[in-house]
Amino acid sequence: MSTVVENVACPFCGCLCDDLTVEAEGTEITKVRLACSSGQGIFKDYDPRPRRPLIDGREVEWDEAVAEAAKILSAADSPLIYGLSSSASEAQRKAVALADRIGAVIDSTSSVCHGPTGLAMQAVGEPTCTLGEVRDRADLLVFWGCNPDASHLRHFPRFSLTAKGALTPNGRSDRTVYVVDVRPTGSSKKADHFLQVDIGTDFEVLTTLRLLVRGMEPSVDTVGGVPVTQLKELALRMKSCRYGVAFMGMGLTMASARQLNVAELFTLVAELNEFAKFSVIPMRGHGNVTGADQVLTWTSGYPFAVSFARGYPQFGPGEFTAVDMLARRAADAAVIIASDPGAHFPAAAAAHLKRIPTIVLDHGPSVVAAHARVLFPTAAYGVDAAGTAYRMDNVPIPLTKVISTGRFTDEEILDRIIEAVA
Amino acid sequence: MSEPLTLITGRTRKQAIGMHKGKDSPEYREATALVEMNPEDMARLNIEDGGQALLRTAEGEIELTAHAGTLPVGLVFVPMGTLVNTLIGTETLGTGMPSFKGQTVDITPVGQTEGAS
Repeated sequence: MSTVVENVACPFCGCLCDDLTVEAEGTEITKVRLACSSGQGIFKDYDPRPRRPLIDGREVEWDEAVAEAAKILSAADSPLIYGLSSSASEAQRKAVALADRIGAVIDSTSSVCHGPTGLAMQAVGEPTCTLGEVRDRADLLVFWGCNPDASHLRHFPRFSLTAKGALTPNGRSDRTVYVVDVRPTGSSKKADHFLQVDIGTDFEVLTTLRLLVRGMEPSVDTVGGVPVTQLKELALRMKSCRYGVAFMGMGLTMASARQLNVAELFTLVAELNEFAKFSVIPMRGHGNVTGADQVLTWTSGYPFAVSFARGYPQFGPGEFTAVDMLARRAADAAVIIASDPGAHFPAAAAAHLKRIPTIVLDHGPSVVAAHARVLFPTAAYGVDAAGTAYRMDNVPIPLTKVISTGRFTDEEILDRIIEAVA
Repeated sequence: MSEPLTLITGRTRKQAIGMHKGKDSPEYREATALVEMNPEDMARLNIEDGGQALLRTAEGEIELTAHAGTLPVGLVFVPMGTLVNTLIGTETLGTGMPSFKGQTVDITPVGQTEGAS
């Protein structure tokens, strides 16, 4: 049977572009319109064949897999629940409930992307806005330590660089665009101004901008490799714009100083509001990593790195974050949901996932799934399951079920595991 | 003689496309088994464009195909993924975030002049 589904949201990245049209013949997706090259693969490379769960690579019935997962978690002293960012918020809630039930540590992929952004947000707040406001109003855009041209391919046309809105009817020509990065990128080539900073100096450059915005004069000619004259020009544009928006990424969170870089940018943005309307939006990577922060915060009070070991939530970045837990060999079992720490963690941390029993819920193959003690092949939210995801600007977007495969969702499997460990 | 450089990792378009094909796919391997370098660094280290280079940190070592890129002198870029993560340490400075950008790396030529590993 042929189906055409319109206004489909792509679950790949934090843009959650919700204007796609997906065509299918039965469970075979044949055409995806408007998705970028990263988003196309989510649909076109999806293997819709129903699969049974595995225990140590052996096909088993669902009841047996659930029982084995419950047995592992019941026997564990220090279980870790990790991932969540490519799942739906309905399942994320269940993951927190499971952590609460078994006294686990729960962490999301935030800890290896915008975890430091969360720490900065806690420290100094986050003056932010929605992407709709960016499209309609922003006349100054500053992309700092991020490269949407490689990571968020439709961000420029849908929301920022060339998007046309109520007060930006001419799109690109209504905006001044800066890119600040340690190297030229596809994004910097599309900007009006590129400031190339020395790696590890973002904090100093941001502090200098705060000085300049306040009318103070630094006693040096260059900061972080950038001439102060160029920083003066940027400070002047920031103070005199109609509506400025800074977008920030891993260039700030992964480099030295991490959350201090981000806090300095957030503080700069807050201070700019004495002169102009100015906001900041973190460029969130995975489709629902923002939802993981949202759900963990509204259920536990903290956005990531939460331990329920004492029966109440404790926040511990550096202690309850997954890389640290695994590197210290502090986890003796793990539930991995819709993510692949086997591929994306430092090898020494990922290696511990081969030493302990792992329960993996994922819609496709992954490095961590290949070594799972129990593997649940679940549905992919936004492809063969409906759900809710949060866009990078914290706007919830419904994910559509575009094909029906009969696969269980992460939410359904987690529900069954919770019931079995009770 | 090798000289320390600074390693940054990150997303590329080809890495994302390869990821959907599977991390054991040729597309993923091709997209992530490369290091981009400044041409001056490559000349100084006798690494040819398209040649093989050995990257080494305190954590481990990997062989990648070197390509001349638009990076500043002293900085090298490797697409995120399983290969480069053998070079990344687990120290997170109390944040949970490893040094995916900013780790010191030694690079030496392997001797091959063409083809991917």
